[in-house]
Amino acid sequence: MARLRARSRTLLAEVLRPHRGRLGAAVALLLTQNAAAMSGPYLVMLGIDRAIEPLREGRSGPLAAVAVSFAAATGIEYAARRGFLTLSARVGQAVLLDLRQRVYAHFLRLPVAFHERYTSGRMISRLTSDIDSIAELVDGGVESLVMAALTIVSVAAILLWLDLPLAAVTLLAFPLLFWLSRWFARASAAAYRHTREAMALVIVHFVESMRGIRAVQAYRREPRNQRIFDSVNDDYRRSSRQAFRLIATYSPSIKLIGNVTVAGVLCYGGARVLGGETAVGVLAAFLLYLRRFFEPMQELSQFYNSLQSATAALEKLAGVLDERPAVAEPVRPVPLPRRPGRGAVHFQAVSFGYRPDAPILTGLDLTIPAGQTVALIGPTGAGKSTVAKLLARFHDPATGTVTLDGVDLRQVADAELRRTVVLVTQETHLFGGTVAENIRFGRPDADDAAVEAAARAIGAHDFIAALPDGYATEVHRRGGRLSAGQRQLVAFARAFLADPAVLILDEATSSLDVPTERLVQHALSTILRDRTAVVIAHRLSTVETVDRVLVLDDGRIVEDGPPAELIADGGRYAALHRQWRDSLL
Amino acid sequence: MAAGSDGGPTDRGEVRRRPLRNLWRLRRYLRPHTVEFSWLMLAGLAATGAGIAVPLVAQQVVDGPVARRDLTGLYQLGALALLLGLAEASLIFIRRWVQSSSSVTMEAAIRADVYAHLQQLPPSFHDRWPSGQLLSRITSDLSVLRRFLSFGLFFLILNVVTYLVVVVLLIRLHPALGLLVGVSAVPLFVIARRFGRHYHTASRRMQDQQGDVATLVEETAQGLRTMKAYGRGPQLTARFTAGTEALHDTGVGKGRLLARTAALLDLVPNLTLSIVLVAGAAAVAAGRLTVGQLVAFVSLQLMLIWPVQALGWIIANGQEAATAADRIQEVLDTPPAIVDAPGAVALARSTVHGRLRFEAVGFRYPGSPAPVLRGIDLTVEPGETLAVVGATGSGKSTLLSLVPRLHDVGTGRITLDGHDLRDLRLASLRRLVGMAFEEPTLFSMSVWENLTLGRPDAGEDEVRAALALAQAEFAYDLPWGLRTRLGEQGLSLSGGQRQRLALARAVLVRPAVLVLDDPLSALDVHTEALVESALKRVLRNTTALLVVHRPSTIALADRVALLEQGRFTAVGPHTELLATVPAYRAVLSAEPATPPPPRSPPGGPPLVRS
Repeated sequence: MARLRARSRTLLAEVLRPHRGRLGAAVALLLTQNAAAMSGPYLVMLGIDRAIEPLREGRSGPLAAVAVSFAAATGIEYAARRGFLTLSARVGQAVLLDLRQRVYAHFLRLPVAFHERYTSGRMISRLTSDIDSIAELVDGGVESLVMAALTIVSVAAILLWLDLPLAAVTLLAFPLLFWLSRWFARASAAAYRHTREAMALVIVHFVESMRGIRAVQAYRREPRNQRIFDSVNDDYRRSSRQAFRLIATYSPSIKLIGNVTVAGVLCYGGARVLGGETAVGVLAAFLLYLRRFFEPMQELSQFYNSLQSATAALEKLAGVLDERPAVAEPVRPVPLPRRPGRGAVHFQAVSFGYRPDAPILTGLDLTIPAGQTVALIGPTGAGKSTVAKLLARFHDPATGTVTLDGVDLRQVADAELRRTVVLVTQETHLFGGTVAENIRFGRPDADDAAVEAAARAIGAHDFIAALPDGYATEVHRRGGRLSAGQRQLVAFARAFLADPAVLILDEATSSLDVPTERLVQHALSTILRDRTAVVIAHRLSTVETVDRVLVLDDGRIVEDGPPAELIADGGRYAALHRQWRDSLL
Repeated sequence: MAAGSDGGPTDRGEVRRRPLRNLWRLRRYLRPHTVEFSWLMLAGLAATGAGIAVPLVAQQVVDGPVARRDLTGLYQLGALALLLGLAEASLIFIRRWVQSSSSVTMEAAIRADVYAHLQQLPPSFHDRWPSGQLLSRITSDLSVLRRFLSFGLFFLILNVVTYLVVVVLLIRLHPALGLLVGVSAVPLFVIARRFGRHYHTASRRMQDQQGDVATLVEETAQGLRTMKAYGRGPQLTARFTAGTEALHDTGVGKGRLLARTAALLDLVPNLTLSIVLVAGAAAVAAGRLTVGQLVAFVSLQLMLIWPVQALGWIIANGQEAATAADRIQEVLDTPPAIVDAPGAVALARSTVHGRLRFEAVGFRYPGSPAPVLRGIDLTVEPGETLAVVGATGSGKSTLLSLVPRLHDVGTGRITLDGHDLRDLRLASLRRLVGMAFEEPTLFSMSVWENLTLGRPDAGEDEVRAALALAQAEFAYDLPWGLRTRLGEQGLSLSGGQRQRLALARAVLVRPAVLVLDDPLSALDVHTEALVESALKRVLRNTTALLVVHRPSTIALADRVALLEQGRFTAVGPHTELLATVPAYRAVLSAEPATPPPPRSPPGGPPLVRS
């Protein structure tokens, strides 16, 4: 926690650093504004004590001087305040922009394993509601907060200067105020952290149920969901009520201390005026200053809450930024050799498990020469997808190395790795935008002709052309309107357009119907010709054309050879193959 | 790839909404708190009264005891000031305490209602609305609204009252100066009004942009694997950067507007004060005003600054709240298209035979010109299993989603045992229909909860049987067995594992009609064979609709219907169709041949091969 706090301070310093100049100007404007505002009651005092008597004597000079000063102070206050607010809004918005982009970019850097743990709901809540609470502070809080603090200090100083004994009585309230504020600071920090956590739960549940709305409705999950939502919603309600109750206690307490002080100043100050020790104007100035002293205190408590929630949010963001990518970008990347026939893959004594106690792969050795197409076969849980993910560097092996053309994947720059190795899974995510844009995702600089050529090569052109707007058809949210098979075709075209040296197909053809699969099959022979490919497929039709079959069981390779040879050997693959043939027409 | 531009959420600027009316419509959430609200109003007014009285006491102090050198009188007035101060503080305490619970209760109530409503809205709504847009409505918009309903509204009333009372007191102290202060409210009001109008536009834009950014974030979160696989971080970052920069610019503009206005709102009372000071001092010198009265006048006038300043803030907050109310009502006003018809009936499972009849069923997605399904006529007899076969994109999944009424038919009707589906209670219908999707949706709860989603009362043995049928016994080997909490969307499981759990979930319902949308696509051949033989037993006495791609799975079906371009072009037993319908053969045949030559079905346009 302390580390997190330190980290969030460092983060704040980092994001503020580029704005040092503006911050300095803002501070200057703020001090000017404060000085101008503070002169008000003092001028009132001068007006009462020094201008009325001369006026009675017919001299209006002193009053005029006071009036002019007052008007000048007002003008300065206006200009300074306007300038300060404009500047602070600019700095604040720039900081927000910076924070959003940092956190977003960092999320993208973090590996898939992190996101599986962290959940997308929490990622969303970091980038929306947490940033929002910082924005709330930026929008109005910072100015009030700083201004209030400044006012308190300067009022205390002026009071001491005006009348020391009377100020001493006033300052009796200080220890109490200090103690109360410290209590409030601690209590509300805890309360606000709780509030943010409760809100995150609301968001997580909300996002998940809206995303799975089909299943929710088909299984009449609504009432139960509503109960869960009501419970997290109620937790949030209770925690924010708790936070509000803290203000409800703190703010009137400050008011109480202020009012008692005013009564005290009236009595003691009145007595001092009575005794001729001080002037009426000073008493009036005291009363006016006290107003300015205690009022911002209350405001302070209001904005202190924005500050607290913003601090809590900043800590959360700092926590995210603190996550070191387990699959880190190499500091000094080694370029992959640029020669024809790239794509030789080598697994050397690779061990890996998603949990330390449950290893999936133990000491896997595997060499795939450049250009070879390999099929991975085996029962569910044998580690096929794990091999695919390690090769695509979604994870790093626990021990051992995975190399590409002799270079350890951990030393390859991410951008280069992604250009070279592409993994297509059955989870075909389409982004908002058009079909063409989704295909172009594989190679952003591809022109329309290239996009269409890729679609044609994969056999997706006909269905795309038949869509209402052809390639310009919006796929809508998560490809809502394309069927699963169509989405897979788009994903295929995307992979084809990307033209990687190593292509991994993890169950990528599972949603295709037979004729489409046949088309893809046909295209596949073209696509796979010049590159290394790892194909995981339950449909052995895909497997028949490969150079080599690996049968995986329990993280080990139990059979390895060309398909025809394995069939002849009569082992596991032969049995699977027979079963598959029987299932056909 | 612009986010949120799919016509779902109100197309900005085109539709003229009525924010204030929508804000007013939310008053029903205030109603349960009427009593509390009147108490806190009362407490607030009383506290303000006590606060206003203090400067008057100060006036008495200066003009009375101090002028007359009366120490006892001084202490009496001091005691009075103390008393007033105590009263004010306690009243504020009461007000805030009450406020703290009523405001969050209102917020929670609205949020719960929005959620409930969203759960009722059909999938077609959710397809159009990015959930980031919905999310920003139940978070950012609601907290804006909470602030207004609790603080904004309250202070609007309180501050106006404070202003009026103080101005009356000032007029009594010095009519001319009092009037001046009163009149200075006019420019303040004008400034505040103008500010409000501009601020409203800016804040609506900002809220929309926030929604866009949220959508983008959500999409990134979901497409993360794809993004990683292609290393498209920079591209997404560019989109995100554009979104956040737009937000930044709006924020800066908003800040500039605020700076201009806030400074002006300070300027006016200060200028007034300088006039008061000059004229007041002159009046004291002329003996028309006592020093105490001048002190009271200035103190009272200073009391006005906060309410006046706050007026700008409240108006801004009110505008934001109106925008928020607008956005929330936008969701609440979307009628759930698929709801219980009046007089809808519930069917008991035991009385349902399961005759499912499609009568001239047609369907088109909103906003899409071509219908997906047209003229579907077919009867599935009780206990019969019908396989729907068709090329990718021929409308199979859409057809299946009509059965549990995830979509409603566009034309024609579907009946179950003679009842139009729309005449059945939704809950009842969905209890009768078990469904597994090709993309299995699992939730981040325990395996057990995921399995018993459709039948929370299922026993241990039934769950075991369902898992056995779906070849999903691996669930027992998870770290905590069936109590293992699945990660988000069960993504830590493999596709095949998720499909099998979803299948177990569907059969566990013991549905009268089982709807399976290619539920075995991710299984390996061996597992698939095991599941199929088990499924066969279940399908014997359950009416079932299957979407299948594999010849092997078709053996499960009694009859097969070939769906081409939204129509059934052939219905019959598998072997018969295979022998007589070339199109059917083309769709199912696994013969790895050269791509078949394009051909046209008789009398129709060329078959879309996709």
